[in-house]
Amino acid sequence: MTAATLQPVRARTTHLSPRLTAATAGRVLRQLRHDHRTIAMLLVLPSALLGLLYLLWKDVPTLPGQPGIFDRVGLTMLGIFPFVVMFLVTSIAMLRERTSGTLERLLTTPQGRLDLLLGYGLAFGLAAALQALVTVTVATTVYDLDVAGSVTLVVLIAVVDAVLGVALGLLASAFARSEFQAVQFMPVIVLPQFFLCGLLVPVDQMAGWLQAISHVLPLTYAVEALQEVGRSASATGTMWADIAIVAGAALLALALAAATLRRRTS
Amino acid sequence: MDVVTVTDLVVERGRRQVLNGLSFTVPVGQVTGLLGPSGSGKTTLMRALVGVQLVRSGAVTVLGEPAGSPGLRSRVGYVTQAPSVYEDLTVRENVRYFAALYGMSSREAEAATADVGLSDSGGQLVRDLSGGQRGRVSLACALVGAPEVLVLDEPTVGLDPVLRVELWGRFHALAAAGTTLIVSSHVMDEAGRCDRLLLLRDGDLIADSTPAQLRADGRSDDLEQAFLNLITAREGITA
Repeated sequence: MTAATLQPVRARTTHLSPRLTAATAGRVLRQLRHDHRTIAMLLVLPSALLGLLYLLWKDVPTLPGQPGIFDRVGLTMLGIFPFVVMFLVTSIAMLRERTSGTLERLLTTPQGRLDLLLGYGLAFGLAAALQALVTVTVATTVYDLDVAGSVTLVVLIAVVDAVLGVALGLLASAFARSEFQAVQFMPVIVLPQFFLCGLLVPVDQMAGWLQAISHVLPLTYAVEALQEVGRSASATGTMWADIAIVAGAALLALALAAATLRRRTS
Repeated sequence: MDVVTVTDLVVERGRRQVLNGLSFTVPVGQVTGLLGPSGSGKTTLMRALVGVQLVRSGAVTVLGEPAGSPGLRSRVGYVTQAPSVYEDLTVRENVRYFAALYGMSSREAEAATADVGLSDSGGQLVRDLSGGQRGRVSLACALVGAPEVLVLDEPTVGLDPVLRVELWGRFHALAAAGTTLIVSSHVMDEAGRCDRLLLLRDGDLIADSTPAQLRADGRSDDLEQAFLNLITAREGITA
């Protein structure tokens, strides 16, 4: 026996195949297609909840010259819904892969770990795009949501938020041993970002140390990007920088998720 | 030629040592049976062969490469004991997905589905199938990659006798075509169907033999009895 044979096999995390990524994205979407109730909830639920917010603030008077509360909150929620929903859906989907043994099986196939995770990101990113299209259309037509900028940009930000949710969900699921734990990662990872994202209290009015935390949480940038679109008719540099930061955070989370996905387990 | 070489393999799970330094080889193109009672370490050994088991020490070489090497992943197929397929997909969708992962076409997916006798159920959701049928979908998802080495963990559990005979016929046909199969079972009546036998007990390899040799060594035509006699003789020596 040589020393070389004792070395643990290092899995290649950088190995990427668009063909295998597409195969997995297709498989995840096919699973979704068989689940009619989930599709209905994905498409309808954000619009319904947004409707509730619309009715909540409909008759509340606003100061002259100030945007309505719903215009501000509703627009922000367009970014928060896909983030929260995709985080939950993905962490449960990945946990199912783990407990059903399909994950271990996939790791014995030629598919790389990053292919698998990107496949998930692609599939749920597409679902999120559909969800955002429906929600934005309903919000701007039925609820008279006022957006100064392009509605397409709102959809783009919603999709990037969804991919961030997918990536963090995949990462979180690596630390969950049971469904109970997976579901509780939602408040751990999602709620602090929601509290500190600038929706409840503008970031510049927070205590200094809270601002510091807010500035390292990706959802803060997603909310800022949406507020930029809400305010200005043309795309601003700040908005593009925000989108780039959120996308970068999503990629970082995916890479971390790939690194924590162990091929060999005890 | 040896397809699998295992040298001094030690595996620990938690604080318990599950495999106590196993060494054996598996020749090409045969059905090697891995037999032993539940808890003897069969599944752990199979996981080590496909490279998903953390190993304390020792070496596992498959087709000349360390087990689990990227180069082996299209050459080694693994079917877990519990069917690891997607319940919310149809039979066809499952087999086609794994076909895509192995770079195979939908035509090969159809062939693998036919091989396990599920051609008529292609459009059915896996969750609507019986346990035995699910196991066969799982098997088809490995067959579709046309692996050179096929590691099957208790593939015939819960199957009716007719299907069991059919599947063993399929295993021998694959072996005749050059595939190396490693099949675990806890039922000794399946031992007689293997070309070679590895008997595991409490993480020790207590026999590396053939059915004929086991009958001779264990002084019984009944393989179960022969196995028992071997254990008794062995414990008599160590006691």
